[in-house]
Amino acid sequence: MSLLTINDLTVEFPTRRQLFTAVDHVDLSVEPGEIHGLVGESGAGKSTIGAAIMGLLDRPGRIASGTIKLSGDQISGLDAVAMRGLRGKKISMIFQDPLTSLNPLFTVREQLTETIQAHLGGTDAEANQRARDLIDRVGIPDPDTRLDQYPHQFSGGMRQRVVIALALCTEPDVIIADEPTTALDVSVQAQILDLIKELALERQVGVILITHDMGVIADTTDKVTVMYAGKVVETGPTSQVMGKPTHEYTKSLIAAVPRPTLKLHRFPQISYGGRETRFAIDDMARHWPKVDNDTSKPVFEIRNLTKKFLQRKGLLPWDRTYFTAVDDVSFDIRAGEVFGVVGESGSGKSTIARMIAGLYPVDGGTITFEGQVVSDLTNRAALDAYRKNIQMIFQDPYSSLNPRMRVDDIVAEPIRHHKLMEGSDIKRRVNELLDQVGLGHEAGLKYPHEFSGGQRQRISIARALATQPRFLICDEPTSALDVSIQAQILNILKDLQEHLGLTLLFISHDLPVVRQMCDRVAVMKQGKVVELQETNELFANPQTEYASELLRLMPKLDDLSTDGLEAEI
Amino acid sequence: MTDTIETPTAPTKSRFTKFWDSDFAWSFRHSPVALIASLVVLILLLAAVFAPVIAPYNPFDPASLNLMNGFTPPGTPNAFTQETFFLGTDDQGRDVFSTILYGMRISLFVGVSAVMLALIIGVILGLVAAYFGGWVETLIMRIADVQLTFPAILVAMLIFGIAKGVTPPEYRNEMAIYVLIIAIALSDWVQFARVVRGAALVEKNKEYVQAARLIGRGPIPIMFRHILPNVLSPVLVIATISLALAIIAEATLSFLGVGAPPTQPSLGTLIRIGQGFLFSGEWWILFFPACTLLALALSVNLLGDWLRDALNPKLR
Amino acid sequence: MFAYIVRRMLQSVIVLLVVGLVAFSMFRFVGDPIDNMLGQERTQADIDRLRAELGLDQPFPVQYYKFLKNAVQGNFGVSYRQGRPVSTIIAERAPATLELAFVSGFLAITMGIALGVFTAIRRQGIAANVIMTVSLIGVSLPTFLIGILLIYIFSVELDLLPSFGRGETVMIGNWSTGFLTTSGLKALILPAITLGLYQMTLIMRLVRSEMLEVLRADYVRFARARGLSDRVINFRHALKNTMVPVITITGLQLGSIIAFAIITETVFQWPGVGLLFINAIQFVDIPVMAAYLMLISVMFVSINLIVDLLYYAIDPRLRVDARAT
Repeated sequence: MSLLTINDLTVEFPTRRQLFTAVDHVDLSVEPGEIHGLVGESGAGKSTIGAAIMGLLDRPGRIASGTIKLSGDQISGLDAVAMRGLRGKKISMIFQDPLTSLNPLFTVREQLTETIQAHLGGTDAEANQRARDLIDRVGIPDPDTRLDQYPHQFSGGMRQRVVIALALCTEPDVIIADEPTTALDVSVQAQILDLIKELALERQVGVILITHDMGVIADTTDKVTVMYAGKVVETGPTSQVMGKPTHEYTKSLIAAVPRPTLKLHRFPQISYGGRETRFAIDDMARHWPKVDNDTSKPVFEIRNLTKKFLQRKGLLPWDRTYFTAVDDVSFDIRAGEVFGVVGESGSGKSTIARMIAGLYPVDGGTITFEGQVVSDLTNRAALDAYRKNIQMIFQDPYSSLNPRMRVDDIVAEPIRHHKLMEGSDIKRRVNELLDQVGLGHEAGLKYPHEFSGGQRQRISIARALATQPRFLICDEPTSALDVSIQAQILNILKDLQEHLGLTLLFISHDLPVVRQMCDRVAVMKQGKVVELQETNELFANPQTEYASELLRLMPKLDDLSTDGLEAEI
Repeated sequence: MTDTIETPTAPTKSRFTKFWDSDFAWSFRHSPVALIASLVVLILLLAAVFAPVIAPYNPFDPASLNLMNGFTPPGTPNAFTQETFFLGTDDQGRDVFSTILYGMRISLFVGVSAVMLALIIGVILGLVAAYFGGWVETLIMRIADVQLTFPAILVAMLIFGIAKGVTPPEYRNEMAIYVLIIAIALSDWVQFARVVRGAALVEKNKEYVQAARLIGRGPIPIMFRHILPNVLSPVLVIATISLALAIIAEATLSFLGVGAPPTQPSLGTLIRIGQGFLFSGEWWILFFPACTLLALALSVNLLGDWLRDALNPKLR
Repeated sequence: MFAYIVRRMLQSVIVLLVVGLVAFSMFRFVGDPIDNMLGQERTQADIDRLRAELGLDQPFPVQYYKFLKNAVQGNFGVSYRQGRPVSTIIAERAPATLELAFVSGFLAITMGIALGVFTAIRRQGIAANVIMTVSLIGVSLPTFLIGILLIYIFSVELDLLPSFGRGETVMIGNWSTGFLTTSGLKALILPAITLGLYQMTLIMRLVRSEMLEVLRADYVRFARARGLSDRVINFRHALKNTMVPVITITGLQLGSIIAFAIITETVFQWPGVGLLFINAIQFVDIPVMAAYLMLISVMFVSINLIVDLLYYAIDPRLRVDARAT
């Protein structure tokens, strides 16, 4: 008998317009000591399954049919009191964001002992001993001091360890981990996943690991269930599903995952579930001013670039403390190449992008664009001339478009500002751009919220191309997108470089994506460039310890099927 | 939820259909409280605007007054003149219904103007503080903090007191209404500034503002074209609630005798006058203005309350 | 910790200096003090003499300095209207206002927080919805109307409680208290309810919305997922986090009790400083206005300081920031 069995589960959310079926007749079972991955893109219903098991469905969601059984006893439909007895004791949950899952006003000890005593009773001394053991077990050094600290005194990874300790408090049989490492850096992510693997085996806990990340699935789970639009499309042992997917959706999903070991020419077209929107690069290239990229000459020369941020304000200069985000960085970007900057959060990569874009003033060093120093431009006309050539694609498709502006106004704004055209020409140009990025010009009459994440990123691209720039800064352009949409956007960016001769600065924390996109890569750590290499060279022969550590922690994805992928020669 | 499929674009609907179909309009149509409250506000507003047309008497025209009509109870004929007044008359023989209509005119005029003024001052200062930061922000927000320490009504009283000191006595009555508007507005702008600054700080760091800066747009277009439309919904909520507060503040000041002068009585002034007759049994002189004031403030408050919930979907 | 308090204190002093400047400017520029103090028959010599006597011929900063020096010593000059020292008048009136404010403040805070927590936890309940609706009427009803209504019911119709004044008072030292006599206590009931009711509804609505906000937080969901009881979640986790913003606003509300006392005192003819102030405004009695302004600023600033310290005691995040300094 399985530890946790889900039979024919359907979860519905009645809304005023329609009945939304988030989970559609799903079957699932988890054995003791097994890590069962639940994978799918956003909206697939995977988190809803977790909430349904915990009895924590948000209003007005309800279980419409099916049963959930724990060790043979039905737990779906239990009343609130009985459910509370199970929660934490038999089933625990780990949430995505460790920053907000802990109560900021209580010490770690208070939160642990309170949970222990709520379920196991016992004296304060026993609870304290148990809390100490747990903190020790999840790998937090110096448990006696750390126990009496508050959550804000822990780093993100350490907090997630505290959250895991809390989930383990009462020896649960099942743990539901909902995107437990999505908010963490790659290096920390690997440690947390290892910890979860160890604990599952050691304590014979069944773990449901909910994630959108195929790398996490491939490296961590024993079994995997792939979901699409509320339905299970495929389930089985991880190696089998990843290596020999049978369902079309699984195939397309796996094909869209960037590989660290294999550089593709283009990502395969995803055909499942919807029409691939055409990106009319040829059409665009025809109207694009001819550029002659002299690859030997640098477009950008960055010399000794430094940026400090005020960390603590003070009236007097010696009262202020600064944090050096970018520390004496120098590199060149050659014409026509894709130059990558990779690093963990806080390494200063986005700050460099924003300095080049002129959004942050520089505190030291120079930026030279085609022989002209641009880092100290104050003249309005010269600045505008520079800006016409530089555009940027942002990370978050939901916040990079003004929600109160119509799409045609968004795309027209750069044209109007730089007075590139007038009157009906603007309208014509905007329609052309929207057609070319595959949205159709009727999209211009709508507002951003009427589009999906991938479509919004296309609007961003249309806006960035409106001034016909020479240089495009992409700041994590796909990290908020689902993997299939990511593949489409990356293909578009490759087209722009290849057919329009654009030079790209590509910022990312995702090494496989960098491998797919970039010609040369700078690896950053704590504001400094620690290594600068040809991409292939970096992945084959990292010169520094930090780079090789990053590469070692990267999910290998060797087991993933390579059907339909054509490598670039 | 829509990320998995790139759906073909649906045909565009007209603006009105879109609005009618929006969650906002839907929740308005399905909230009896919001419907009734806005109906009451609308009726009172129209009654105030068209007071000269609706009111059976002009209470400020000495020629139309008859002292013999004084203290006529509502709905009963006067003992001397046999005239009947719907809501009775006061000591001067003025028709209470007419004085209420004219009083509401003053109350609403002061309330709406004060809120508009406060809104303009607050929104501009809040935007400027959020966008420029640095010492400009420190200065504006420190002033706001200090002023917030002092209750609005007290600030309004002080401003009124000072203004009374500096205006020559012969103009005091004429100026009173405008002084009142300025006093209430200056005591209320802080709310707007704080809310706008808070919301604008969030918006300012969003990527669409950076995109606009990258295009090369200057501070003023960014503040007013990009940020302002995105911080308007909390401003709308605050404005509605402020309107109720301003009406109450005006009534309170007038009741205390530091607001609208007896020559231009607002609802507060009428209540002040009526209070004197409560103990002698002429309850209607106080009762009807008080009810009108309550109806006005309550329905505006209900509307504000509903608006806050409707514009903040996570509360539901 | 020490640096934090010093910084706060310094800010408070700056606030007081600014308020002092406002008060002083009123003296100096609103109306002519000479006009106010000398009658119609005056000679240029009289004016010059008085001008020198009051120090009005000296430069502005010197005058401001002298004003502050006097203010610190409690000397605000002589009331234009009553002809007596302002400090004496205020000392006579202060106990009445402070007793009233204390009782209604206590009522407002305890009842407000209790009802706020109740309505937040039982969000869907009938009782909570009734309380919320009634509270909206409470917010829409001006304080003076509540007072008039109470007077009409309990004094005019039922004849149970007095409609004005403080009743009998007993002098303890320089402090006249109404707490020790039956008539004093009876007289306190209506004004205290009038003054406290509005503040109570405000505090209640605030506590409710803050608490609802906290109840939606991730750590509350996680606490629920750990199987903690509703009681622990509501009263331990949620309430403590709610208190952080609530304390600030409650502090501000306490300040406004003093201000709203003006209205209550007018309705009930309560012989406190509020009534004094409103009369001062009507007669443009600048020394009294200035003294009142300075007095309540000192009170507001102290309340704020206490609020900051409470904040500091509750929120460990602040403590660490302060330690880093």
